[in-house]
Amino acid sequence: MSYETVIGLEIHAELSTATKMYCGCPTSFGSEPNMHCCPICLAMPGTLPVLNKKAVEYAIKAGLAMNCSITDMGKQDRKNYFYPDLPKAYQISQLDTPICVNGYIDITPGGKTKRIRINRIHIEEDAGKLLHDAAGSSTLVDYNRGGTPLIEIVTEPDISSSEEARLFLESVKAILQYIEVSDCKMEQGSLRCDVNISVRKKGENKLGTRTEMKNINSFKAAVRAIDFESNRHIEEIEYGGKLIQETRRWDDAKGESFSMRGKEEAQDYRYFPDPDLVYIAVSDEMIAQIKNSLPELPAARKERYIGEYNLTPYDAEQITNSKHLADFFEECISCGATPKTVCNWLIGDIAKTLNEKNAEPADIPFSPAQLSKLIELIEKGTISNTAGKKVLSEMFEKARNPEEIVKELGLVQISDESALLRIITEVVSANPKSVEDYKAGKDKAIGYLIGQAMRATKGQGNPQIIAKLLKDELDKNI
Amino acid sequence: MNYYDLTAHEIHELLVKKEVTSVEVTNSVIERAEKTEPYIESYLERTFECAVNTARKVDEKIAKGEDISPLEGVPAALKDNLCTKGVKTTCASKMLENFVPCYDAFVVKKIKEQNSPVLGKLNMDEFAMGSSTETSYFKTTKNPYDINKVPGGSSGGCAAAVCAGSAVYALGSDTGGSIRQPASFCGVVGLKPTYGLVSRFGCVAFASSLDQIGPITRDVTDCANVLNSIVAHDELDSTSLDIPKVDYTKALTGDIRGMKIGIAADYIQDGINEDVKKAFLSAAETFKALGAQVGEYTMKAAKYALPAYYIISGAEASSNLARFDGIRYGYRSKKYEDLTELYKNTRSEGFGAEVKRRILVGTYALSAGYYDAYYKKAQKIRTVIINDFNEQFEKFDFIITPTTLSTAFSIGEKIENPLEMYLNDLCTVSVNIAGLPAISIPCGFDSGGMPIGLHIIGKALSEETILRAAYAFEQNTRFNKKRAIVKNKEGREI
Amino acid sequence: MKITSQDVEYVANLARLKIHDDEKDKLIADIESIIEFADVLSEVDTENIEPTYHAIKAQNVLREDIVTNNYDRDELLSNAPSKQDGCFEVPKVVE
Ligand SMILES: [Mg+2]
Ligand SMILES: [Zn+2]
Repeated sequence: MSYETVIGLEIHAELSTATKMYCGCPTSFGSEPNMHCCPICLAMPGTLPVLNKKAVEYAIKAGLAMNCSITDMGKQDRKNYFYPDLPKAYQISQLDTPICVNGYIDITPGGKTKRIRINRIHIEEDAGKLLHDAAGSSTLVDYNRGGTPLIEIVTEPDISSSEEARLFLESVKAILQYIEVSDCKMEQGSLRCDVNISVRKKGENKLGTRTEMKNINSFKAAVRAIDFESNRHIEEIEYGGKLIQETRRWDDAKGESFSMRGKEEAQDYRYFPDPDLVYIAVSDEMIAQIKNSLPELPAARKERYIGEYNLTPYDAEQITNSKHLADFFEECISCGATPKTVCNWLIGDIAKTLNEKNAEPADIPFSPAQLSKLIELIEKGTISNTAGKKVLSEMFEKARNPEEIVKELGLVQISDESALLRIITEVVSANPKSVEDYKAGKDKAIGYLIGQAMRATKGQGNPQIIAKLLKDELDKNI
Repeated sequence: MNYYDLTAHEIHELLVKKEVTSVEVTNSVIERAEKTEPYIESYLERTFECAVNTARKVDEKIAKGEDISPLEGVPAALKDNLCTKGVKTTCASKMLENFVPCYDAFVVKKIKEQNSPVLGKLNMDEFAMGSSTETSYFKTTKNPYDINKVPGGSSGGCAAAVCAGSAVYALGSDTGGSIRQPASFCGVVGLKPTYGLVSRFGCVAFASSLDQIGPITRDVTDCANVLNSIVAHDELDSTSLDIPKVDYTKALTGDIRGMKIGIAADYIQDGINEDVKKAFLSAAETFKALGAQVGEYTMKAAKYALPAYYIISGAEASSNLARFDGIRYGYRSKKYEDLTELYKNTRSEGFGAEVKRRILVGTYALSAGYYDAYYKKAQKIRTVIINDFNEQFEKFDFIITPTTLSTAFSIGEKIENPLEMYLNDLCTVSVNIAGLPAISIPCGFDSGGMPIGLHIIGKALSEETILRAAYAFEQNTRFNKKRAIVKNKEGREI
Repeated sequence: MKITSQDVEYVANLARLKIHDDEKDKLIADIESIIEFADVLSEVDTENIEPTYHAIKAQNVLREDIVTNNYDRDELLSNAPSKQDGCFEVPKVVE
């Protein structure tokens, strides 16, 4: 029996505003507990919220970048529940008038375009953090993060696999970074996602029982969680188990999802419009103005790279999915490097190194000019391609000019024909057997001789020139 | 002459003429408080020393020949739901028994800027929920006209203190009548401004869409002066109106000729005390005699205002009071093993019966399945009430009702029956629901000598109109001149 | 609307309030009488009437995104019933 998986995502992205949603506290990450707090974000009696203008603009910007319509008269609602990380015992969110509605993002799984519809994007405030003191009998509460502006992006259940989910998440991240409204650092929790998942037999119309998974903190975890959970659903169905609609917690270390039922009992959030806040009215002028401020978005940039630089759609997407990478790419080109070559470096060795280091394109320590220089050194034959890879790894360790590294490591390629000819003559006279083989028609022998010549130059000989000179030398003696 | 009996503007005149010092006035009020407090119990926290220091500063200013503003050097007190930096703010609840804010409410800042010596914090119904000040966790304030009777509520401490002479004026809050009803019971002036006119920042929220801070004073002139000092746009309150500044004392002309007045026919039918009715009708005659045109009106939705009010205020309160969870501030139960117990025991022990009742009703009105029938329905009724008022204000410049249908009742008389207590707000709640300004001024006394209040309602932002009407009435009746004679249980003046 | 003991327990749990047996009957009766009092609202035809959440119409009250925090942590923690290492302390929460 074959099944299909139906997935919807709820993505929370922290907006990169300077201050919190409703007070003037800074949003900076990673300081001592409760240093970025004030009576307002600690919900002290009598304090009131005032909405951050930039958060509204950022949310609209995100909506426009994701092809949404903007709500002209929105309100903010209270979602009431008790939890120590929620100081007011309600979260200010939006229930029925999300600031953005009906958008979409196109992804290209397996090279085919698929549209993932976005149901809504609304603004809300983040909660604080609970610190679980392993030894003690208590939990400590840090409200530094409490009140940080978030957008919640809710998709329609249009996603059918973990791969599509990954592509969608990467797209969302790319868009948010392009429009500079979120830094999208999953490991710092600035991009988080909840997964709604159900499976049904192929061809069936009715949706299966849905579960929601929380606590997914990386794209990899999202993929793993979806694969695990859809398998769990299928097994339950196949073996007659009973699936229940519930919220589950993804434990990435264990690679399993767990029921959270105990905690989730009595979910009755008693939403109502927050009387401390007024309507958010968005005018056509405001929308037009924000629309005009939008930069070129990943999808458009990808198309341009295909047309302008002749990149394959796959390569273009790899580059444009990161604004930083794409900017880097374009700067290399304006330094005179060949687009295709730059692209190969970026999505080849550079991507591989970043991956090994668990780093982002923004963490590339050297400049586009330095990479361009490296490419130039290789193209001019000053160093070999192999030496180039060595230089790159040095540049990752300590950003320096590639010429310097080449000099330091003595990687300059010997292209001087007379010097190389001297070596070749020596190699030829030292290996009469191979010369004989070559003359007898065994073409393989020339490879061995080239290798001997390269070794004699300590790897610095230009292999193309060596090959040519050697062939000339051998052919001369026939 | 007893300085503590004077109005703020009378004190101001004496200060300017250097016939008295602010320290003398402040001390006079403090002495009066020391004498009456054992009987009246209006104060929860006294900051007398601090008040005298402020008074001294004002006196130095006067001595240097500097000008002073109308409230400078005039001792005041604050309802205990207004946050005061470094001074306990309890909302008369066990929940906040030891809570010391690190910030001032916007209005407190304004009063301090005026150099008004602040004498302390005044008793109230717990979290402003009540009409008698009996739901206070700490004490029951008595009516200075008769200590066996309630001062009204929830700003009962404010009205009692101003009435007894233990504060010249006070700032209270009004969610459904909490300034006007006690003002009426204690024979003083109480104004509930248009919603948004006075910043709510630092006023511990009861029902955010209804709460409004306002003055409780001894006459209309003081009311206008206090209003002048607390009205300003505040960037920390999203509902604070940003409108041009008005000098409310300019409205006190005494002339109301040609003004059109609507008389609420609904409220003078059933359940009204005969003395109150008489005083009210005679007030209407006074206005007529002053050259106003008087007409009757009925409001279709009048009878729905009270139930709508209890749903809306309860719903908002259930959410506003959720933050009292024993984690960041306030009371925490000693008995808990886990988080749920911490929450439940803290809140059950920290809140009094009335507060819990309202939280439960409000939670019910918002809960799954009941939201539309109660909360949303009440907010629709709100629209109907606003439309009703709009209709009246096309015909009338202002409308009048009795502030309450009876005078102050006895302590203990209604506390066991919440619904009967709620009826106290009958004439006042629709004003909060519609966000309108209204004032209660003394308009007579019942046969037992207890004060009666006249309630004047204007359209949004027509404070000048209702102050003008109130002033004209006051100048021609002088009920405000009467001072309560505080007597002990044996009936002897203290 | 008839209010049952379960109704009151349900909302009491939502509101994190504990109801003691000795107060339960009176509480149910009180709440029932208040809700009954509110049931009169159903008389009014509000079919085509929009709810009003704010008495005063206002929109777009927004603050500039500028840091204005100037509070001291010790001051902010000074009212906490239980604190540790600059944090508010609660009983162990199992997630
Ligand atoms: Mg959310
Ligand atoms: Zn803050």
